[in-house]
Amino acid sequence: MSRIEVRIAGFGGQGIIRSGNIIGTAAAIHDGKYATFTQSYGPESRGGACAAQVIISDEPIHYPHLLDPRILVVMSQGAYNKYVPGLNRDGLLLVDEDLVELGEEAAGLRVLSIPATRLAEEELGRRIVANVVMLGFFAAVTDVVSVDALRQAVLESVPKGTEELNQRAFELGYEYGRRMADGG
Amino acid sequence: MSSEKGVLSGSFFMQGDVACAEGAITAGCRFFAGYPITPATEIAQRMAARMPQIGGTYIQMEDELGSMNAVLGASWAGVKAMTATSGPGFSLMMENLGLGIMTETPCVLVNVQRGGPSTGLPTLVAQGDMMQARWGAHGPYEIIALAPSSPQELFDLTIRAFNLSERFRTPVLIMTDAEVGHMTERVVIPPPEEVTIVPRRKPRIPPGDGYQPYVADDDLVPPMAVAGEGYRIHVTGLTHDERGYPATSDDSAQWKLIQRLVNKIRLYKDEIIEVEELYLEDAEVVVVSYGIAARAAMWPIELAHREGIKVGMLRLITVWPFAEEKIRALAERARAFVVPEINWGQIALEVERCAAGRVPVYLVPHPGGDIHKPEQVLAAIRRAVA
Repeated sequence: MSRIEVRIAGFGGQGIIRSGNIIGTAAAIHDGKYATFTQSYGPESRGGACAAQVIISDEPIHYPHLLDPRILVVMSQGAYNKYVPGLNRDGLLLVDEDLVELGEEAAGLRVLSIPATRLAEEELGRRIVANVVMLGFFAAVTDVVSVDALRQAVLESVPKGTEELNQRAFELGYEYGRRMADGG
Repeated sequence: MSSEKGVLSGSFFMQGDVACAEGAITAGCRFFAGYPITPATEIAQRMAARMPQIGGTYIQMEDELGSMNAVLGASWAGVKAMTATSGPGFSLMMENLGLGIMTETPCVLVNVQRGGPSTGLPTLVAQGDMMQARWGAHGPYEIIALAPSSPQELFDLTIRAFNLSERFRTPVLIMTDAEVGHMTERVVIPPPEEVTIVPRRKPRIPPGDGYQPYVADDDLVPPMAVAGEGYRIHVTGLTHDERGYPATSDDSAQWKLIQRLVNKIRLYKDEIIEVEELYLEDAEVVVVSYGIAARAAMWPIELAHREGIKVGMLRLITVWPFAEEKIRALAERARAFVVPEINWGQIALEVERCAAGRVPVYLVPHPGGDIHKPEQVLAAIRRAVA
């Protein structure tokens, strides 16, 4: 079965929901696959726990919720604590290493870390694009969607006038991921 | 990208609620009155942004009673009109839904269902308003209600709802839910020339003494004059004669009116009822469901197939009028029905009625707040063949 399930989680204001939408757009519009994107969040608009779920498949997606998530992206400790136990033991965990402290729950998982928020702040002066740095990293280290599709979806979905900033953020994360892959 | 008619032809990664709004616009809707409520707010939000772009009207009303009434008034002014709400607002709209049925006013009412009763679970899914959709207004009547299971279908069925409302001159309900409304998937909006639009049926005689607003055509549907075109009309929620005047001193006008209101839908139900049939050829167990519950049940059906169980799906795309004949026919050859729905047994009662004791009906209830887990539906399928 070609079904791949991805969860991205953090707190409101980090662009978590937008990131899920961007991955779904890349898959459904640019890669020509089926994609279902759902979101869960608390009553607060900022600061509360939130998560985006994306299912990508070569076939129509019937069951719209995650059954067996294989990829988890976490950008807060709360999200790590809540969702890591549900991740498949053969799954892949991507973390913002400055925001998440790994515990014994992560033992045995394939974990890839990036200081996405720090890179956004130090290299680009804007921590708001940390999620796009993470998307670039995601593009480099997974094969859920094609790199071009994801890059295009990022540029389409960001506010006008911020394309260059977001493009740089995406490439920053992508290069970080490529170097990690090259270095083994 | 957008044509002058406001149809955004193309492929989009679009939320269900937004697809609903775009379906309405594609169908020619140019009036939206509503009161924001989770999980239907994004429909109002989209309409608030889009109506001014295409010469339509968006109005946020003081509440849901006013919203439904504004929609009826807009329709009588000749504009295709819609409102959208969720459980608590749906309850408030029932009175004026009845007015729309009685006055034969074409319009579309969307209910993005959430957990109830009362304010219940504002952000979470349910299908608890299905019987309210059928009987929520007082009095005897027929209703048309559609149940989409994806953003694309929400787009398509919103167009269909407008067409049915014009064809039968009656309010049409879209009974979707928080899951479909807030889900984002690919939605393809076709070019305007590929979309079938049913226009308002206007009087074929000129304004004057011979015109009576409630003289029906052979199919029991009266043509509808638009206010301001010179026709003398009287519109009332009281039982009325063909002139539109109250006729309440005995039951003679009531007999005539109610029979026509019921039969204009009941006699043409084959034109309205749409179902999807999957693996039914040799099915021993038939899962009957609708909306998100039907979609989610497809996975346990696949799992049951792997166990060698012959199980199929009858998905009710039109929920009201009910697909009685289809279910009666299936009751002749299947061993059991399994009905997953996100309530404590509503459509299952209708399936039982049609099965008429010939085969058992297993309800798979859910109180709302989530969709069924696959194993819940799978367990019911196994029990049905045990």
